[in-house]
Amino acid sequence: MSAPLVDVVVPARAPWSGVVPAGATLGIVDLGGNQAVDCLFYLAADTTERYSAPETIVRQGSIFLTTGSVLRSQTGRPLLTVEEDEVGRHDTIGGACSKESNTLRYGHHTRHQHACVENFLAEGARWGLTKRDLVSNINWYMNVPVEANGALGIVDGLSAPGLAVTLRAHEDVLTLISNCPQVNNPCNGFDPTPVRIVVTAP
Amino acid sequence: MTGPPAAQVDPVPSDTATPEGARAHARAQAGTVVEHMPTLPATAYDPVPAGVPADRLVWAERVAGGGYTHRVVRAGTTVRLADLEGDACAHLLLYRADRTFERLNVADTVKVQWSAYLGVGQLLLSDQGRVLASLLSDTGGHHDTLCGTSSRSLNEERYGSGEAHGPSPAGQELLLLAAAKHGLGPVDLPPSISFFKGVRVESDTGALVWSGAAAGPSHVELRAELDLLVLIANTAHPVDPRPDWSCTTLEVLAWSGAPTGPDEWPATASPEAARAFANNAEDLATRGAR
Repeated sequence: MSAPLVDVVVPARAPWSGVVPAGATLGIVDLGGNQAVDCLFYLAADTTERYSAPETIVRQGSIFLTTGSVLRSQTGRPLLTVEEDEVGRHDTIGGACSKESNTLRYGHHTRHQHACVENFLAEGARWGLTKRDLVSNINWYMNVPVEANGALGIVDGLSAPGLAVTLRAHEDVLTLISNCPQVNNPCNGFDPTPVRIVVTAP
Repeated sequence: MTGPPAAQVDPVPSDTATPEGARAHARAQAGTVVEHMPTLPATAYDPVPAGVPADRLVWAERVAGGGYTHRVVRAGTTVRLADLEGDACAHLLLYRADRTFERLNVADTVKVQWSAYLGVGQLLLSDQGRVLASLLSDTGGHHDTLCGTSSRSLNEERYGSGEAHGPSPAGQELLLLAAAKHGLGPVDLPPSISFFKGVRVESDTGALVWSGAAAGPSHVELRAELDLLVLIANTAHPVDPRPDWSCTTLEVLAWSGAPTGPDEWPATASPEAARAFANNAEDLATRGAR
C-alpha cells in the first residue's frame, strides 16, 4: 500500500486546504472527540461549482450526512461520497461560526474571538476564493438536531476520540477545512482539539 | 448556383414594411393588459388587498409560475408576497443593495434564531450579523429554509426540462438571470429560502417531510431593514412530490415606510434580534446615515 498523499495533524483552531484527486479518499479523524470540522468543497477545475447543502439535502431527502451520503455541487454533480462514518450523523444546516454571528448568538464580547469564517476567508484566499465563494458548509462531527416544533440547536456531540469519517472524491476537489475554534457552545466540547487529515491515492 | 427559389414578395403592402409603419404597430400595443406584468406606477394597481396602503405602493407586479422578478428597495419598504391561487412558490434571495457581497445567510438565520422553520417575528439575517428583513406577517405557514431552489439538472430529471425559458424552469436558472441584471454571477447565488411550500424534518432521522401548501391563497409580509436587492423566482419547490411541474401566480406588492426601531417589535422579540438590530444601527451610524 502506497504512502498517503497527505497525512497531517491540523492544530486546534487552524485551517487546512488541499486538492483531493478524483478517486482518492479523504479521511478526517476526530483525535480528541467532539471536534467540529467545518468543511467546504469546490470543483478544482472550476471553483464556481461548489458543494451545495440544499442540493445535497434535496437529493438524499435528509439533512444528516452519514455513510452513503453523496455530497453534491449546486448543479447536482457528485463531488464526494461518504464511504465510512464511525459517528452516524454530521450537520449540513448550521453553517460556520463567524465573529459577526457570534455577536448575535452570545454578545458583543465575542466579537474578537477567532471563528471558522476567518479560517475559510484566509485559507480560501490562497486559492483565489473570496467571501462570495463561501456558502453553507458541512460540519463534520457537529450534532444539530431539529425538533418537531422546528427548534434547532448545536448540542452535545455524538463523537469520541479517534472516530473517523472517510470520503471518496469523484472529481478533483479543492477542500477547505476550518478546525472549529468556537468556545461558546458544545460543538467542540468547549475545548477545541486537533484533527488528523489523511488523503490516500486510489 | 442552385437552391430553393426566392420567396415570393407578398403583393399586399405590409403595415410594418417601413420604420414609420413598424413604429405605429409597436405603439398600438400600448395599454395592453395581461395577467402577469408590472403595474406602473404601482399606485395604479387594482385590486389592492385590504390593509395595503394603495397610495404608498412602489412596486406592484404579478409574476407567472416559472417567472422571476427583482428590485432594489429602500430600507423600511414592506414587500408583500401573495400566493393568489394557492400554488405559487417564491424563492427569495436578499443582498445589501450597495455591497452585494453581504447577503442572506440561511445557516445564520436558522442557527442564530434557534429555529429551522420560519415564523412571524423572525429575521432574515446577513452573513455580517445584520437584519436584512423581518417577517411581519404570515397567513399560510408553509415555508422552507432547508432545500434551497431547484437546479437545472434536477428539473431535467424530474420534468424533462429546467431551462429558464422552458415549461419547468429551475429556480437557479431564474435567480441567475435576476442576479445578472445587477452585475452578479453564479458564485453570488447562496442557498435561498422559499415561501408558500413547506418542508419539515423528522426529528430522529433528519428525513425531509413534504408539508405542501396552505389551503388556498396566503401571503407574507417582509420589511426591508436595510436598502436591499431582492431577487425572486416563482417556480416549483425542489421536493414537490407531484409528477408534473406546477406553479401559479405570485403577486408582489411593496410600499414605503420606516425600518423597525430599536424599541419596536420584532427588534424586541429576542436578545438575538435586539443585537442584530443594534448591529444595523451601528453600521448606519458609522456611515453617518442617522
